[in-house]
Amino acid sequence: MFPPIPNASVAGEASRPRFSERDLVRRSASEVALPTTRLTEIAKLIDVTKCIGCKACQSACLEWNNLHEDIGYNHGVYDNPMDLTPNTFTLMRFTEWDNPESGHLEWLIRKDGCMHCADPGCLKACPSPGAIVQYSNGIVDFFHENCIGCGYCIKGCPFNIPRISKTDHTAYKCTLCSDRIAVGQGPACQKACPTQAIVFGTKDEMKAWAEFRIKDLKSRGFEHAGLYDPPGVGGTHVMYVLHHADKPSLYAGLPDDPSISRVVKVWKGVTKYFGMALMGAAALAGLAHYAVAGPNKVTEEDEDSAGSLATGRDLQPPRGHA
Amino acid sequence: MTNPWTDIKNTDLVVIMGGNAAEAHPCGFKWVTEAKANRGAKLIVVDPRFTRSASVADYYAPIRQGTDIAFLLGVINYCIANDKVQWDYTKTFTNASYLVKDGFEYADGLFSGYDESKRDYDNETWEYQVGPDGYALVDETLQHPRCVWNLLKQHVAQYTTEMVERICGTPKDKFLTVAQMIAECSSPTKAMTSMYALGWTQHSKGAQNIRTMAMLQLILGNIGIRGGGMNALRGHSNIQGLTDIGLLSNMLPGYMNLPVDSETSFDRYMSTRAYKPLRPGQTSYWQNYRKFFVSLMKAMYGSAATLENDWAYDYLPKLDVGNYDILRAFELMKQGKMNLYFCQGFNPLQAFPNKAKLAEGLSKLKLLVVMDPLQTETARFWENHGLYNDAATAKIKTEVIQFPTTCFAEDEGSLVNSGRWLQWHWSGGTPPGEAHTDAWIMAQIFVRLRELYRKEGGAFPDPILNLNWSYADPGEPTPEELAKEMNGYALADVADPANPSRKVFQRGKQLSGFGDYQDDGSTAGGCWIFAGSFTEAGNMMARRDNSDPDDTGMYLNWSFAWPANRRILYNRASCDLDGKPWDPSRKLLEWDGAKWSGYDVPDIAPTAKPRDVGPYIMNAEGVGRLFVRGMMRDGPFPTHYEPFESPILNPVAPKIRGNPASRVFADDWKQFADIGSPAFPYAATSYRLTEHFHYWTKNNHVNAVLQPESFVEISVELAEEKGIVKGGWVRVWSMRGELFAKAVVTKRIKPMICDGKTVHIVGIPIHWGFVGAARKGFPANVLTPFVGDANIETPEFKAFMVNIESSSGPVA
Amino acid sequence: MTAPREHGAPADIQSGDAVSGTHPVQVHRYKAAARINHWITAASLILLAVSGMSLFTPNLFFLTGLFSGGQWTRTIHPWIGLVLFFSFSLLFVRFWRANLPVQADRTWLAKIGDVLRNRDDDLPELGKYNAGQKFVFWSMSALILVLISTGIVIWDQYFSPFTTIEVKRLAVLAHALAAIFAICVWIIHVYAAIWVKGTFSAMTHGVVTGGWAWRHHRKWLRELVVKVDGSKAAEIPHPHSATGPSSSPRRPS
Repeated sequence: MFPPIPNASVAGEASRPRFSERDLVRRSASEVALPTTRLTEIAKLIDVTKCIGCKACQSACLEWNNLHEDIGYNHGVYDNPMDLTPNTFTLMRFTEWDNPESGHLEWLIRKDGCMHCADPGCLKACPSPGAIVQYSNGIVDFFHENCIGCGYCIKGCPFNIPRISKTDHTAYKCTLCSDRIAVGQGPACQKACPTQAIVFGTKDEMKAWAEFRIKDLKSRGFEHAGLYDPPGVGGTHVMYVLHHADKPSLYAGLPDDPSISRVVKVWKGVTKYFGMALMGAAALAGLAHYAVAGPNKVTEEDEDSAGSLATGRDLQPPRGHA
Repeated sequence: MTNPWTDIKNTDLVVIMGGNAAEAHPCGFKWVTEAKANRGAKLIVVDPRFTRSASVADYYAPIRQGTDIAFLLGVINYCIANDKVQWDYTKTFTNASYLVKDGFEYADGLFSGYDESKRDYDNETWEYQVGPDGYALVDETLQHPRCVWNLLKQHVAQYTTEMVERICGTPKDKFLTVAQMIAECSSPTKAMTSMYALGWTQHSKGAQNIRTMAMLQLILGNIGIRGGGMNALRGHSNIQGLTDIGLLSNMLPGYMNLPVDSETSFDRYMSTRAYKPLRPGQTSYWQNYRKFFVSLMKAMYGSAATLENDWAYDYLPKLDVGNYDILRAFELMKQGKMNLYFCQGFNPLQAFPNKAKLAEGLSKLKLLVVMDPLQTETARFWENHGLYNDAATAKIKTEVIQFPTTCFAEDEGSLVNSGRWLQWHWSGGTPPGEAHTDAWIMAQIFVRLRELYRKEGGAFPDPILNLNWSYADPGEPTPEELAKEMNGYALADVADPANPSRKVFQRGKQLSGFGDYQDDGSTAGGCWIFAGSFTEAGNMMARRDNSDPDDTGMYLNWSFAWPANRRILYNRASCDLDGKPWDPSRKLLEWDGAKWSGYDVPDIAPTAKPRDVGPYIMNAEGVGRLFVRGMMRDGPFPTHYEPFESPILNPVAPKIRGNPASRVFADDWKQFADIGSPAFPYAATSYRLTEHFHYWTKNNHVNAVLQPESFVEISVELAEEKGIVKGGWVRVWSMRGELFAKAVVTKRIKPMICDGKTVHIVGIPIHWGFVGAARKGFPANVLTPFVGDANIETPEFKAFMVNIESSSGPVA
Repeated sequence: MTAPREHGAPADIQSGDAVSGTHPVQVHRYKAAARINHWITAASLILLAVSGMSLFTPNLFFLTGLFSGGQWTRTIHPWIGLVLFFSFSLLFVRFWRANLPVQADRTWLAKIGDVLRNRDDDLPELGKYNAGQKFVFWSMSALILVLISTGIVIWDQYFSPFTTIEVKRLAVLAHALAAIFAICVWIIHVYAAIWVKGTFSAMTHGVVTGGWAWRHHRKWLRELVVKVDGSKAAEIPHPHSATGPSSSPRRPS
């Protein structure tokens, strides 16, 4: 058993947050002064192979975050709701897969939600200063008072996670329970998980724990068991243990090799500089031209010629051809 | 459960069959994942559906619902044939060597003594041969043709791999893989645990399903050891407590039972209960029955229970039929013979079979009283909800009174979990509105009723007037008062028999265990098995010390486990004949030459010599029973019976329909589909989903979000055959009713070939009704047959026949 | 919507185009409706550029203050976009014929160096628009089409379910690029109006001087004069005189 996180202390001291604005390493559309000391990186490890799809995490998430999801319909599957929503930060996704090697059916159940990338695409795409922040412990969090609801984070995210609320028009996603972690607790989903399929600790602890799990899985014939900590986004602070780490996309389309889309990189990178340069150049070119060539003025002759033309005395033949 | 939840982490093999622990017991399932992660344990799931449990299993084998006995007898046959038997255990700790009476036999699905007109047996021959000394005859060499072992061998011989495949639809190779994995656990150093629940109990042969696995576990030597056992996963958090304190109509607290009509005197009653040992030197703990019974009567009637009046024996009602079970209650309502019904924390309109019949019964009542923290369909049975509840409201005369009660989080008391732990809990909130505790409501009714009897008399007011009701506030006994009463207390100073000058305990003090119980009226105790839970040392159920020396999973200082804080029943069987653990790495107890000690409270007298006294101390034999004598109505060995509604004839006994000893009311026969009826070609089963708890959580918004709408599950093959699309509406109907639901079309259900016939499965979750936050829907019991298990009348919810078609959805 | 065009009239003569007076000659270039149309387009384009750039680069995010914050900027930008689109569509209908390329445009473009050096003498006589103006017209048309279509794709509030995220990413990039180019084209457009004196009045009063028309769009002027001769010139009101076109004779100097 992974040692459980002790229950919250009731001492006054304990409720003082252990990290704050001072611990930011990234802040959307703005610069931050890097903190002198970095917090220990934390991570949530989701062991898909231990998950029984009970949705306790989903319900704990709704309850802790005081979210009110609509009562939907059955769509012929166990997933409900059918997708992440502004109120559903985490969602169990069920996949029935016939393993061609073993000939056995496998029911792959993955808890979907924000991966808290080391290189967060949402934050990169966000145009609003301070709407998305990253703490030095790895948590990527949304500050709703700064969010303008543009949905750029959705385009930036390689995992299709943020959702815009139709009510307050700001973006929502898993906070990794930053409010709980700030006072020494684990995320609500982890607390609710009955089988320790979700564990929480430092990123190093989680990697070591994953190693332990992978060894067990390999002994059971899952030779491709492995840890999902995709390097394309600099690693994540929510990681998976997968039985088939060679095929992440089996798990309801978990990206095989996620990274911030090249399109987003171009958009938020070269386009920005190129665009500003081009527009500036156009304006400067105008100024320069004016300074060199000067204005193009209508002369008295022009007026006279026009007058002559208007009165039918124009003798000047047309130039060129119509 | 014989073992606590926490002990499952010690196992090597988990067999989930007749249950779906991951789905229905997700919190307890953590111990399975612990065993897998830390011990390398394997998990096998055998189920008609590839369940959430199967999703984390090492091996899954499909089985047609209602054929578990055939499967397990097949495994027993495999173990015997392949010498995969824990021989030392089987020979000495089971009744394998006992000789059975000559008249006993089995043929064509019936045991000796069957009377078709009564649908019952004369079980006179289902007994051991008894010698002139009163002891059963045994042949320790297992050579005697009438010894239990040879009868068992003969009985299981027909359950070959081929027969298992024919009956169960389990492909041969899959059955053999499962049998092999199970058989490995015959090694004394390997333990297998069986986790089961309603998937085994809700059949017309539910009790025998469980017995079959118990027999297998005995021959594998897996009972009484760490990581072994027969583990019934309880559904409600306190359903174990319900049976413990005797809330079934024929029971008294502590698994004592109510007298029947013929037992007109106390002596007559006692003559069939205090079992004499059947082998020399055996404990036969029920010899103490009188002590438990007298103490119970003293707790109930106080000074009105005296030696002279046989401890008020006459106050007890005497059963005129076997059992006033719920099926009978509704049959009586329907016949107009029962006209007042109290539903306390119970929603029978959803929870019992054949909703139409239940509604008819409720409509004929004069008064229905519902005590529940939530609005229930039963309380609203008279309300018309179109197709969902098509009640003829104007014609229903039943008066319904609803008493809102507190829910578990709003009151104090103990809950008994599956592992028999009595865990005290405290109120976490104030009840809303007019809600009161159940104890308050019952006490208020009682006090008023007693007053009426006092004023008006009546035919026999004594049991009411003399009921011991000495609570500080008669209008509301406190949980502590009730708990202390159940534990037991001294009514007089009691001296130590060995040293009369020493007082064992003083009048008015709490008893320390059931060993203190007396049959002379000097002690009172409401539930002998709970003795020790609230002693002079305080409330043992409230203990929360989770220390666990050497990580055995026993946690002796956490709450209290009945009996006597013992965590693993029959734990003496964890040691060999000399009292040494079968598996030293799995030590639980040990005989040190003078006494038993170890990590658990020994389930044997502490000084009982290992070779003299058998581990099964509640049994008169001192051993576990492979042959159960006359204790089960439907046979001393389990045998395969088809469900009452079945796609095929019983391959081992084609003339037998259902369980021949099950009670069926006349009208209900007419509502069974014929065997193999083309009108109802699909084998249905009902079950629970993780997202919901019975019919409660549909009242809760969050649960309703997670599973908002009723559905049925079918295979891709059946969907194609019937033109049903994933997420589309279907209509499902049986001989008793119809429902509309969404279709979950899945690879997790596959058609099976049984007896040469393709059998499609229709899976029906039970949770929906016409009240609550979730979308209106139909409960599964609109379809299910009104028949129960032969022994305990648990309804056959798990196997029945239906038809299905694509539909446009319910229109009123 | 399309202004009725006289049969056989040259493509670059539009409803309301006319000459009046003799000295000075006044040329009616844009009637009031066209001018209003233009200025609505111009205003929306500027608002869009400002709001769009504020969301494009953090350095300009402060510009959202002009729209009372980021939320409002995000909300209002697509609606202005719609205004621009419909307004520009009208302009397009008005002007597209006059902007069809002709042979002279090629010659003019070949002599673009002369154009830039203000050496107009050797340039071909042009219709209502020169190739530069036509470039502005057609590139704006194309860019606005790109902007509206990509803008709809990334207007998440109403249209997010209809496209994939990959499509949205491409759309947002295309939107940004199109906006950059549109702003550049707009800079050229505005600069040209500053550089070529006498142009502004076309969009303020609708009228340019005869000299301006002679200098920059002589063919168009000739066509208008022919048109006046062929019809009744006297009926065309002089914008600066209540008494008619002949009341203010001016001698050539």
